[in-house]
Amino acid sequence: MTYEQLKEKINSISDKLIKVEQTSPKRLYLLCESENAYKVNRFVFEDLKARFVVATGIDSDNCYEIIYHFSYDQLGTFLNVKAFIRDRNNPHIESITPFIPGAEWTEREIHDILGVEFKNHPNMKKLILADNWPDGKHPIKKDYEYKKLK
Amino acid sequence: MKISLKKSVLAIGPFHPLQEEMEFFQLTVDGEIVTDIDVRLSYNHRGIEKISETMQFDQIPFLVSRICGICSASHPLAYIQAVEELAGIIPPDRARYVRTIINELERLHSHILWVGLAGHFIGYDTVFMWAWKYREPVLDILEKITGNRNNYGNVKVGGCREDIDDAIIAEILKELDKIEKKMDMITKAVLDDPILQARLKGVGVLTKQDAILYAVTGPTARASGVDIDVRRDDPYAAYGELDWKVITQTKGDVFAKAVVRLLEIFESIKIVRQALKKLPKGPISVEVKQIPAGEAIGHAEAPRGETFHYVRSDGGNRPVRHKVRAPSYVNVPSFKASCIGANISDVTITLAAVDPCYSCTERLAVVGGADSKVLCDGRELLRLSRSKTEQMRKQAGFKEGFKFE
Repeated sequence: MTYEQLKEKINSISDKLIKVEQTSPKRLYLLCESENAYKVNRFVFEDLKARFVVATGIDSDNCYEIIYHFSYDQLGTFLNVKAFIRDRNNPHIESITPFIPGAEWTEREIHDILGVEFKNHPNMKKLILADNWPDGKHPIKKDYEYKKLK
Repeated sequence: MKISLKKSVLAIGPFHPLQEEMEFFQLTVDGEIVTDIDVRLSYNHRGIEKISETMQFDQIPFLVSRICGICSASHPLAYIQAVEELAGIIPPDRARYVRTIINELERLHSHILWVGLAGHFIGYDTVFMWAWKYREPVLDILEKITGNRNNYGNVKVGGCREDIDDAIIAEILKELDKIEKKMDMITKAVLDDPILQARLKGVGVLTKQDAILYAVTGPTARASGVDIDVRRDDPYAAYGELDWKVITQTKGDVFAKAVVRLLEIFESIKIVRQALKKLPKGPISVEVKQIPAGEAIGHAEAPRGETFHYVRSDGGNRPVRHKVRAPSYVNVPSFKASCIGANISDVTITLAAVDPCYSCTERLAVVGGADSKVLCDGRELLRLSRSKTEQMRKQAGFKEGFKFE
């Protein structure tokens, strides 16, 4: 598939996307709302056959962002599905682990550090936090205060 | 209290702070067959991503080179490529070649190290001794170039810190010839050995489908027929200008992983040799000014697979988010696909075949399900693995054990 064909294919799900950004020739960002993230991820993984790399959870100013990084190795291009979670009080998103088992750890990690709930995740246990870590404390959140923990 | 002997839990780990990763494998075993595996990690979480947010862009390469003792060239390189992409910096030609040379030497010594340890796990201590002996000259070359055997600290945003002295190039090339000859001998001895073939073929198979679903990378993926390599797919440093090939296998077993790593050693030597001969003249770094706001991705092929860095900047002198993904993060969960149904004596080598933290496999313990009594420890499991090889040798008509003359 050429680069143009790839862009055309991405356009076929444009109703699920807010927009497509290109930060550099080989880096595409597919921006979407959290409700559509599952379908977009499924499209990228199963229809485009891109390789799942990892997901990044970010605490932005007024929302949470989950960026699912996929690598389209044929063209050496990164397809990044950026999902915005607007509900800061009850952040949740559909888990992609049911169809990408390799995403299990990264979703557990984001749940640990950012407190985002992944719905239908098959094995939502702590991954990087200690077993006795207090509930509701998520260390990568901007309002997390380091010194108060003890 | 009735103790069920059918289902026992085999605990591997949890940690050894001297190694690059700490993991705890809990295997559920039915007799000698593994029925389930659970992995726990992060016993020694260092919070590198969070620390990175408190450091300046030019300090972070030194931080990320300490993520892993062996991948201390590929982590900073992946990070630097992300920052260079963000700021639109193009490193000078000579710097790209120096980066290539250091990264390939890193792969070379890492793969040789793996060959030695894999030999040790299945009772081939001669392979272990030889491999480690011939790994030393590689570390010596790295020391000559960067001043360090590990944690080279040689890359920076915009280029490299230390140049390769043209006077030592001839010396390095001579040393590479020697290493190649010795590795050729080891490779032939290992791959032609009928016992090793019997012991490793069909063990710990990861199918192509599972390799894609578990998103594995590096030699683990290439041994299962997934033809990916960042060096070729998204060329960085000088890889796009050199002649080399990606090694793939189709079987996905431990033997295939060994073949991939052993043959990659020769490709690495080929790359280093070409890069040294073609090394362009000129400066090794460019001046870096402001890092603008935005986000960028850098990735590099580390010895174990793809190292991935994501950097977001708000225009200040520190990143607001820095995500790191090391290759073992995706390779280790694939044990769920490759270990279930395997025999306990094959578990050590299956775990070792993806090249994770060896200390974990050294700290194995079989614990009974109900009363948590230790049934056998790591030494015992290592003995099981080695005695299986010994049995195969006897069945094939070889004499017991081997002695150095």
